[in-house]
Amino acid sequence: MNPQPSLWSLMAYGDTGFGDEFLKGLLFTLQISLSGYAVAFVLGLMGAGAKLHGNKWLYRAGDLYTTFVRAIPELLLILMVYYMGGRALTALFVGVGLAGQDFQVTPLAAAVASLGLIYGAYLTDILRGAIQAIPKGQLEAGRAYGMHAPMRFRRIIFPQMIRYAIPGMGNQWLNITKDSSLVSAIGAFEMAFAAKSAASQTKHYIFFYSIGALCFLAITIVSMVALQQIERRASRGVRRA
Amino acid sequence: MGIEQCYAFLQTAPGPGFDVCFMLWTVIPALIKAIPVSLFLVFTSGIIGNLMAVPVAVARVSHNPVLWMPSYAFILLMRGTPLLVQIYLIYYGLGQVFGDMTLFGKPLMRALPFLREGIYYAIFALSLNTAGYTGEILRGAILAVPHGEIEAGKAFGMSPWLIFRRVTLPRAIRICLPAMSTETILLLKATALASTITVYEVLGTAQFIRSQTYRIYETLISAGLVYIVLVFLLTRLMNWLERYLNKDRERPVSMPRAQVAKP
Repeated sequence: MNPQPSLWSLMAYGDTGFGDEFLKGLLFTLQISLSGYAVAFVLGLMGAGAKLHGNKWLYRAGDLYTTFVRAIPELLLILMVYYMGGRALTALFVGVGLAGQDFQVTPLAAAVASLGLIYGAYLTDILRGAIQAIPKGQLEAGRAYGMHAPMRFRRIIFPQMIRYAIPGMGNQWLNITKDSSLVSAIGAFEMAFAAKSAASQTKHYIFFYSIGALCFLAITIVSMVALQQIERRASRGVRRA
Repeated sequence: MGIEQCYAFLQTAPGPGFDVCFMLWTVIPALIKAIPVSLFLVFTSGIIGNLMAVPVAVARVSHNPVLWMPSYAFILLMRGTPLLVQIYLIYYGLGQVFGDMTLFGKPLMRALPFLREGIYYAIFALSLNTAGYTGEILRGAILAVPHGEIEAGKAFGMSPWLIFRRVTLPRAIRICLPAMSTETILLLKATALASTITVYEVLGTAQFIRSQTYRIYETLISAGLVYIVLVFLLTRLMNWLERYLNKDRERPVSMPRAQVAKP
């Protein structure tokens, strides 16, 4: 009598199980989350700069960006970036002659671009608030010392901005890891996609989706612990009331 | 680039060109017809989820480990895993369970045909998710209710249940209203995920038209426009609700501050 093989044998690493698929999915999830977050940080700095610059049109551009991105569902934005952005870029590159007819935007690039675009909008407002929280007198002091703008940014704004922004940025990091599951809709092989393909091949939906959920939960918990450490480290030397 | 050049550029894109008439007379009306489905998802799961959030929050602030531990685990699970995975787990997972069950000798799915519809699973998943998120918000609000008000209730000889019903809960709901309206907007955006389990709400309809006609720009841009309008209207509604529930704290209109301040 051959007993029913345990469900856990389906998680074996290699051809007989889905362990390697899940590991690949986990790494892909972390990869797109990290790169998307890096893109988002750059976009967020630019957006915050545009909103605080004082120029009316720059402010409107930044405001338009954050309003639109906040109003459109993340899934729709990902589809927009992949299909519309991908097709427009293909048309542009092929038209200009930079790429051959077989040029295509990969799901990885679309995933990073769309996650960056979405979270750039959220980070814009977080960073803007953080920059505004810096006492004005410090900037004036920097100017009085004859520091030029990049140096004021590097020495005064940036270190303090990061400290004020860490709680909000941490929340957005937790959100980006979860929203990275949405790029499975454009065929990127991340963890939700791994869970979905394993579940639909074996019909063990509960088992594989639970594993997928637990993997995401593990990312969240590890991130939460790490964020606590980062927050403590960033506030070292700050006097507490 | 002017409008004409933009239009010409879009026409040269591979695949069908941009067709304004198709967008205005076919896609947008179809999406407007799908708006009630999206709103139905928002309101049903919003109401169920917010009602479920009350016991979750109450259990979370309790000192009894039998109460706060399950509540903590529930909130962590709902906030720590992606909504997409939750929706898949509920839709396919419950489908797996129901698929094996029978009712009066007939397969359950055939006896109760509504169990095949994705929308009920979507409502279930969205409600649970809302309960988790709002439960955490409400917990903060319950802890923020001024202590003196609860003591006043005790001094009146109110029972703990009466204090909760008349003092703590109404006060906590008012405290967390701004956060709740943000949460409702997020819920509207989250309903788009129902399209992944064959619910034809706004995004689902747009995706259907896209897959039928291979027209990308028209469908996705229209869906984006519809969501922008919906979010705008819902924001107005929530602002009105916030004002309505805080009516007793408004400054009297007859005495604008500017006039008082001027000598």
